[in-house]
Amino acid sequence: MPAGALRVPGFRVEEDLHPMVPTGLRYTKDHEWVRVEGDQATIGITQFAADQLGDIVFVELPDIGRNLAQSATFGVVESVKAVSDLFAPVGGEVTEANGDLAGQPEVVNGDPYGAGWMIRVRIADPAQLDELLDADAYDALTAAG
Amino acid sequence: MSVTGNRLQPTIFELSRPGRGGGKIPSPPAGALDRVPASQRRVTPPALPELNEPEVVRHYVNLSQLNYAVDTGFYPLGSCTMKYNPKIDEWAARIPGFAGLHPLAPDETAQGSLQLLWELEQALMEISGMTAVSLHPAAGAQGELTGILMIRAYHHSRGNLERDEVLVPDSSHGTNPATATMAGYKTITIPSAADGGVDVAAFTAALGPRTAAVMITNPSTLGLFEARIGELLEAVHAAGALAYMDGANLNAILGRFKPGEAGFDVMHFNVHKTFSTPHGGGGPGAGPVGVRENLVPFLPSPRVLREADGTFRLERPGERPSSIGRLRSFVASTGVLVRAFTYIFHHGGSGLEEVSNDAVLAANYLKARLAGTFDIPYDRACKHEFVASASTLHHTTGVRTLDIAKRLIDYGYHPPTIYFPLIVDEGMLIEPTETETVETLDAFADALIAIAKEARETPDLVTGAPQTAPVRRLDEATAARQPNLRWRPDAARGAAAP
Amino acid sequence: MPYGPHTPEDRAKMLATIGIASVDELFDDIPVRLRASHLDLPPPQPEMELAARLTGLAARNRVDLASFLGAGVYRHFAPAAVDQMLLRGEWYTAYTPYQPEVSQGTLQSIYEYESLIGELLGLDVVSASHYDGASATAEAAMMAARQTRRSRLLVSRGVHPHYRGAVRTYASGNAIRVDEIPLVADGPAAGTTDLAALERMLADAVAQSDPVAGVLAGQPNFLGLLEPMAEVSRLTHAAGARFVAVVEPVSLAVLAPPGEYGADIAAGEGQPLGIAPQFGGPYLGILACTNELVRQIPGRLIGMTTDLDGRRAFVMTLRAREQDIRRERAASSITTNQTLLALAASIYLATMGPRGLADVATLGAARAAELEGVLAEAGAPRIHSGAYLNEFAVHVPNARDVHRRLLGHGVLAGLVLSDAEPDDPSLRDALLVCATEVTTSQEIRMFGDALRAELAGVAGRGDHARTAAGSSAGTAR
Repeated sequence: MPAGALRVPGFRVEEDLHPMVPTGLRYTKDHEWVRVEGDQATIGITQFAADQLGDIVFVELPDIGRNLAQSATFGVVESVKAVSDLFAPVGGEVTEANGDLAGQPEVVNGDPYGAGWMIRVRIADPAQLDELLDADAYDALTAAG
Repeated sequence: MSVTGNRLQPTIFELSRPGRGGGKIPSPPAGALDRVPASQRRVTPPALPELNEPEVVRHYVNLSQLNYAVDTGFYPLGSCTMKYNPKIDEWAARIPGFAGLHPLAPDETAQGSLQLLWELEQALMEISGMTAVSLHPAAGAQGELTGILMIRAYHHSRGNLERDEVLVPDSSHGTNPATATMAGYKTITIPSAADGGVDVAAFTAALGPRTAAVMITNPSTLGLFEARIGELLEAVHAAGALAYMDGANLNAILGRFKPGEAGFDVMHFNVHKTFSTPHGGGGPGAGPVGVRENLVPFLPSPRVLREADGTFRLERPGERPSSIGRLRSFVASTGVLVRAFTYIFHHGGSGLEEVSNDAVLAANYLKARLAGTFDIPYDRACKHEFVASASTLHHTTGVRTLDIAKRLIDYGYHPPTIYFPLIVDEGMLIEPTETETVETLDAFADALIAIAKEARETPDLVTGAPQTAPVRRLDEATAARQPNLRWRPDAARGAAAP
Repeated sequence: MPYGPHTPEDRAKMLATIGIASVDELFDDIPVRLRASHLDLPPPQPEMELAARLTGLAARNRVDLASFLGAGVYRHFAPAAVDQMLLRGEWYTAYTPYQPEVSQGTLQSIYEYESLIGELLGLDVVSASHYDGASATAEAAMMAARQTRRSRLLVSRGVHPHYRGAVRTYASGNAIRVDEIPLVADGPAAGTTDLAALERMLADAVAQSDPVAGVLAGQPNFLGLLEPMAEVSRLTHAAGARFVAVVEPVSLAVLAPPGEYGADIAAGEGQPLGIAPQFGGPYLGILACTNELVRQIPGRLIGMTTDLDGRRAFVMTLRAREQDIRRERAASSITTNQTLLALAASIYLATMGPRGLADVATLGAARAAELEGVLAEAGAPRIHSGAYLNEFAVHVPNARDVHRRLLGHGVLAGLVLSDAEPDDPSLRDALLVCATEVTTSQEIRMFGDALRAELAGVAGRGDHARTAAGSSAGTAR
């Protein structure tokens, strides 16, 4: 999702605490994370992004088998009063999409790095991973902004 | 509290009792539907509610009293121009000769309405400095689509097919980019300059052979007049593009600035804002468009024409092949336009000039009253509205603009527009309009100042607001995650009927 | 200014607070060379004089005629309670319910509207209103294109010509091709959508690798005839396209609802539900769909939820589809809609009830049958033989000329069909007439007598009359 996505307060009073950024994942400036296991990349959005959006109410994900270029839009995430595109941190074929989010989009708010994952991709070019941020760099980015 | 009631109502379906009500029209003869084949007939009658008229009336009166409205209190909803809706306008629209006229009535039986529409067009031409006006579009957003489709037809008529971009400032109404998409254009969003105005250099850099149009709201959605509009319009035309003006904020500049004379090629009017046709809880509006000479051939059809003998008629289908066609049925939302006509000729030229003077005076007065308490991000003379920000207050107290808005409800006011335009942190867009007394403006300013004090001293009072409205803050997340969009007896969410 | 609030002292105080001497200073930021000097409009007109002027203008409209004109807008009885309720300032001087805590009246009334119309249509999701039947139909067509990611539409020529025009205009922006499905030329199905042609067009589109996104048909259609909607629906779905039913709401008290014959989307004009003709609007665009298409439907949606204390309440929902949030990615630019007219329709439906609405449809059908008999006897038989509800086309020699002459008898003899459908030779000498529950037997007799007299006159005048008719430009649209 784009940096500086619209932030509008919703039903709940949000915490302004700066969220922890897990190590071992790679990040984009657009607030997606990626976890690499073999040639598979699991992708989601960060806690920071989920907090910025507020109560997430809908996640639109791609069909299995679709080929994504790096940075291509792969879906949309909607909160009560904001919407944001989702960008692929790495290119590749979509092998899995998290179907649970259709019925429980709030999982993205509650557990963005776990049950709130969005898609899995078969990585086309591992070199693309090198362009991504590590946890420290991403933490610095969000702390500044 | 300017919501006069607090009786939450059961739905109309829960009030229904089988066999109640009816008797409004004579009973039909038996067998009247025999000619309709059984396969086309409805098997199960629709489960519409059954009530007697007194119950219906009480339901809707009680519901109405849960609403805040201009007729009940101050409604400074920025960008919406919630001014007084004159009662004679409602009376005029209901004159049987206007209300009962069929839209396909032969021209010779519709001369009164046709003349009214034609005279209204003439008045809007004078107000906008445009060459011609079409009253066809049903709302401002449809006026925008009409305007951009005309621009598209203009470029195409000149063999210019490669222009596929529309430039909009980031402070624009969402309708501008949405319209560009509907018309098949790509939107290029241009960041605003630091002073809140259009960034002429950034626009000029983005203009080029692919630019079809630039859409500008003037005064802007920040309530500021675009002082460099002349330069911008010259750059737009030098690039071969056309300039669209979003007329949402025309209430500030009547008689002071005429977009057509200044060089805009097309604009729309929001008659429910500037000319006070009522907002109706969300509509109806009407969105006439004015154009300069270059776009006249492309105006939507039908137009109202005045014949040499002084009679009026509507254009016939196909009479003007260069037209972009129609966007709706029939000529126009004439019932809305009768109200706009009444408003305009009631005020007259001098009265409309005073409208803008007083609207701008009220906004600047309120801005001066609030300047010591809230941030004023663009602190220069505003037009009919201005942006205040609770950014500093938020950082020092944790209280947000949303909370202030909700607390205003407890003080008896409708909140301003909040978090728009998107470029202002914790913004409140405040539009007092010209019909409010100075006592009202003072009381509202006092309320906002008192809320800022509460935010520092008793913030829970603000973040817990509203306390006195018929309901408290709502669970919008569940509403969107598990939408309940239609009454079904077995699926009523939440508590039982109130 | 008629509604100005300020005394001279008020003004002085306001200017002093701002710190300026004159209000003109507030306009200094308008570049001098772009400044206008004034508005060249008449001086203010006092309410008393203005009222007389408006009354005079309205008197130039002829609404005293016995009218048989429908063609998309119908005269109906509306209980007095409808307009009385609409005139409450709490309804008509409020705006979009952005602040739900002080807008529960509007929000609940729209939720009830969505429910009432959903019940009539047999569909799950009803938008809070669109501008009118034509623009709702155009939006419905665009929904089908978005959902299927296809770019060709088939619209039956039985859909109102204005609606077809709006579909073409909306489609033009996004290079969506619109083809028209012809009507059956003769036989018992004459005047209804040609199913064989539809099947062929659907197959051709596949063959051309440009498959059809949506098929649109009207029920009743523009000529008043009942269409084989179930068959159109079946053929449409077999081709993987979405079916859009364009319907008239009063008829749905007695006709099968779109949800029953498989429509994915329904659109229509809500004007018959208690809304006056007003020479074109404001009307009520009805737009609805199945749950499957909920994310494609443009326009506002109201949902039921709870407040912090668990009380039932209503709120605008699925907001992120709308233009103020989604901007260039929004499905539609619509924001201001027709909420007050949706309220009128709701109060109308609540007051009439299910039996009342069925009576309106049935009594209209009975009056129309009476009209059919009287016109046939006067020399104007129906053109088509298929079933109709309350509107039908009749053959009248020199239709345009006769139509104009009947005005002299105090009769508005429906619509001259060649003015509305100039390309259809089968409608050259035809009038489209309708009756509703407010049509009286006396008006019908008056029409019949006047028509008989005029047709006798036309026969007597022979070729001369034909020439005159040919040269008189059409007056209706």
